[in-house]
Amino acid sequence: MKFRRVTLLSGHYGSGKTNIAVNLALRMREQYPRVAVADLDIVNPYFRTKDSDADFAHAGIRLISSAFANSNLDLPAMPQDLYAVTDDRSLRVIVDVGGDDRGALALGRLAPALLEENDFEMLLVINRFRPLTRDAASTLEVKAEIEAACGIPFTGIVNNSNLGAETTAETVLFSAAYAEEVARLSGLPVVYTSAVTSVCEQLAGKIPNLLPLRLQKKITDKREDPT
Amino acid sequence: MSEKVLMKGNEAIAEAAIRAGCRHYFGYPITPQTEIAAYMAKKMPKIGGTFLQAESEIAAINMVYGVSSAGLRVMTSSSSPGVSLKGEGLSYLAGADLPALIVNVQRGGPGLGGIQPSQSDYFQATRGGGHGDYHMIVLAPASVQEMAELTVKGFELADQYRLTSMILADGTMGQMMEPVALDDLTVAPMPEKPWATTGTGMKRPHNIVNSLFLQPEELEKFNFERYERYAKIEANEARFEEYRMDDAEICVAAFGIAARVSKNAIDEARKQGVKAGLIRPITLWPFPKAPFRRAAEHVKAMISVELSMGQMIEDVRLASECRVPVSLCNRAGGMIPSPDQVLEAILGAAKGGN
Repeated sequence: MKFRRVTLLSGHYGSGKTNIAVNLALRMREQYPRVAVADLDIVNPYFRTKDSDADFAHAGIRLISSAFANSNLDLPAMPQDLYAVTDDRSLRVIVDVGGDDRGALALGRLAPALLEENDFEMLLVINRFRPLTRDAASTLEVKAEIEAACGIPFTGIVNNSNLGAETTAETVLFSAAYAEEVARLSGLPVVYTSAVTSVCEQLAGKIPNLLPLRLQKKITDKREDPT
Repeated sequence: MSEKVLMKGNEAIAEAAIRAGCRHYFGYPITPQTEIAAYMAKKMPKIGGTFLQAESEIAAINMVYGVSSAGLRVMTSSSSPGVSLKGEGLSYLAGADLPALIVNVQRGGPGLGGIQPSQSDYFQATRGGGHGDYHMIVLAPASVQEMAELTVKGFELADQYRLTSMILADGTMGQMMEPVALDDLTVAPMPEKPWATTGTGMKRPHNIVNSLFLQPEELEKFNFERYERYAKIEANEARFEEYRMDDAEICVAAFGIAARVSKNAIDEARKQGVKAGLIRPITLWPFPKAPFRRAAEHVKAMISVELSMGQMIEDVRLASECRVPVSLCNRAGGMIPSPDQVLEAILGAAKGGN
């Protein structure tokens, strides 16, 4: 797996950015000694990278996160050590950006330094099964809004099309044409197609650049999930 | 390929409202329901509708009053503290017999409380919420699919009976993501509204929408007429789901997220040889009394599982006419009972303890 120094994950609200950020960080750590995840989400007080802080600590990954994340204090605050993302160039970073243009606004603060260094990937996470990005045209609208909000152009696409617990190999295969259409119209490559590990196993050989995901535990469903 | 989409509960409410013909949304942001407003803000301008972030919850509910007076489908949404602010407006809507949809995605209370899920606005919702003699239809979804379906149903019942419907969800229902079959939603045509203030065209007397009646004889008459309508709703619109109740010895009562937790506990209790079942009220007002009265003939005990200090338990006792002991299994303040906690309550009740 090839990484630029900084990988930024952005996209429509609820498209799966945080789960992908967590999984990419764990992969990145296999290759690099100094890895950090930066949580830039100023929109959503729930379902954050902070939920995985025990996994990060175990893997030796630094979490750059607001002191108020998961505190039940609904504050749109930035992490106090945010500038480590751009100032410490020996650090490899995954940046989890908040959803939509509203969330991407927070990224604008880092844009000049990231563009000047020019060692980043800006990945658009897409899900064909989210109601406001069901086709390429609406997905490209979201893409344009995010780019306008943060001033950073996307460099690639992560096709994370899924139906939650009902996702099958067919779900992902069905979404491939949509992802290709987004790629064709935007001129960006589909860098990864992501799905839970069990689904990815069935997709081997059928879809290139698979990213098997281990899902973050959620507070609300961990007691209900029979697995 | 199924045409399901992956949605948050809050988004499902917003999308279903639009499909039900609602083109007017007035709100004020509050966690954990803000996604409803965000979805409306994105979508309403594209379909010729109105999204308006009011200066307060009180302003929003009064804008709802205005649009409803004109005979259109209209909604507002909030979470617990915000719904309290709407209380006066809810009473005015009731006094003027205006249909509308109100959404309460509850958070822990009282006061400003916290942002984690709760069901502690049950009393407020089922007893009206504001001042005076009135009711709202209260619908309690237990899945994202139901968030969508009951939103449509809420608009339909509101128009049919000329009163406010409330979706009473908890923060979990608002925040969780599940696949939804939106294309399965069917919307009945909106009934005629001859009372709406849409202009006389010089062909009829003025329609007046009002809740001020200074002559007590007149005000009493409207109250009695309104309660005749409420009696029809109680007779015809109570909804519930029964789960493994046929041979149950222990009856669990739970709605929303508590019902989902309870189903897991019931399955586990049955594995351990205790015959437990669930009655899940889908309408909290009218409360589905009949299944509880029936269950009281064959169960040993009932357990009300709630994310509150025990509110629905009063309706369970009334509906079962106190024929069996009813105990409470609860968490409060934003905490959710675990399946293990409910299982323990079921096993305890089966042994005869409370």
